[in-house]
Amino acid sequence: MTLKHKATVMDEKSMRQALRRISHEIIERNKGIDDIVLVGIRRRGVPLAARLQTYLNEIEGSSIPLGILDITLYRDDLAERQEQPRVHTTDVPFDLNKKQVVVVDDVLYTGRTIRAAMDALIDLGRPATIQLAVMVDRGHRELPIRADYVGKNVPTSRSELVQVKLQEVDGEDRVDILENKKS
Amino acid sequence: MQTLRRKDILGLEEMSAEEITLILDTARSMREIMQRKIKKVPTLRGRSVLNLFYEPSTRTKASFELAQKYMSADSVSVAGTSSSLVKGETLKDTVRNVEVMGIECVIMRHPVSGSTAYLARNIEASVINAGDGMHEHPTQGLLDMFTMLDKKGRLENLKVVIVGDIRHSRVARSNIWGLQKMGAKVTVSGPRTLMPVDLQVFGVEYTPFLEEAVEEADVIMALRLQKERQEGGLFPSLREYSELYGLTTNRIAGAKEDVLIMHPGPMNRGVEISSEIADSPRSVILEQVTSGVAVRMALLYLLLGGTKEE
Repeated sequence: MTLKHKATVMDEKSMRQALRRISHEIIERNKGIDDIVLVGIRRRGVPLAARLQTYLNEIEGSSIPLGILDITLYRDDLAERQEQPRVHTTDVPFDLNKKQVVVVDDVLYTGRTIRAAMDALIDLGRPATIQLAVMVDRGHRELPIRADYVGKNVPTSRSELVQVKLQEVDGEDRVDILENKKS
Repeated sequence: MQTLRRKDILGLEEMSAEEITLILDTARSMREIMQRKIKKVPTLRGRSVLNLFYEPSTRTKASFELAQKYMSADSVSVAGTSSSLVKGETLKDTVRNVEVMGIECVIMRHPVSGSTAYLARNIEASVINAGDGMHEHPTQGLLDMFTMLDKKGRLENLKVVIVGDIRHSRVARSNIWGLQKMGAKVTVSGPRTLMPVDLQVFGVEYTPFLEEAVEEADVIMALRLQKERQEGGLFPSLREYSELYGLTTNRIAGAKEDVLIMHPGPMNRGVEISSEIADSPRSVILEQVTSGVAVRMALLYLLLGGTKEE
């Protein structure tokens, strides 16, 4: 099995536009940013949440809190995975009670990561709402979960892989679809 | 290094610096959970652990049990009924019986050196050594290193002085092996009669003069003096020991301002450490206890939180 590049579905410009649009949608839907907090899911949700924070601060002129969530200890597939994932630290240094929590991740796929993230958040407090922002929604949900803010809907087949690259982690901004080829 | 590729945690002598680093890194993430209001993650739901203590213990046992609860593992604790259970088949049989009930990890403290290794060879479940005779107490060594790393930011080239009965101390052995693997410099001090006969195999410095040793130290660790050793004639009296090797304000007057004072507990106040020192701002004795829970949570995750290699 090798992975072959199939298509590039977003570039630096379209990703920036998507995040700006999502920032406006967050403000519109929550009628301001008073009770909003952002929580990025490790690992690529964290720089995306940081970018949203910058945009929201630019638009509204005040600072909103940003937390980091590691969902490793909440995964439902620990027993099935070949490699044990490394645990990293959760860092949510503010109260979640009665807050509008916007969870940020790069790709929404089966929904299992988001299920784990919600369990983790609820262990930290009782938010007023939990909303979800993702760069790419690729479909194939296995749980009743949907995103509130989507950078781009990308229809895929299960054999494909969606790869989000970010400047902060990978040195460039782009979203690729890779194909699993038997060779 | 991402995963710990071993079934058991028996001692730090057999572990690599990479493995120790992985455990200490994971423990840092676990400590965050302990600071939450709801101190529980669902990671080890449905996994079963047995705590088997053939020697008295408050701290270590409570610490392991809390770590299991915080990780959502199911656990049972058995206090050893008598030390005649020590030998051979009996111990093996006890644990084999528990193993068929579905226990996947056994935490054992036992008065005989090597007993945990013997157990580990004979059962499929993971074994964590909670102290075996005079051999090792690896989780104590790890929590001590975690505390030092947390307070000093490094272990590399850290100067650690361990004072007291090194000869009979599994805590000292685990610290000596672990610290040296991580690049720290270890000096031991105490009466020559309380030093191991084969001191040179540990690769540490020895000095009978504590005042000299503490001058350069970043960490001073006092060991518990077991009173029964006096009856064995290894030192003349508790008072004489205390006057030469007890940590007091005068004795460590030449130490650095920011030296860390550590003790694995339980303390004999007024013998190996004065109350003034034990309760001073330089003392991290209570932090050691907190670190213990985090380190044990990390070990449970690394041993049980994933696929068992068939």
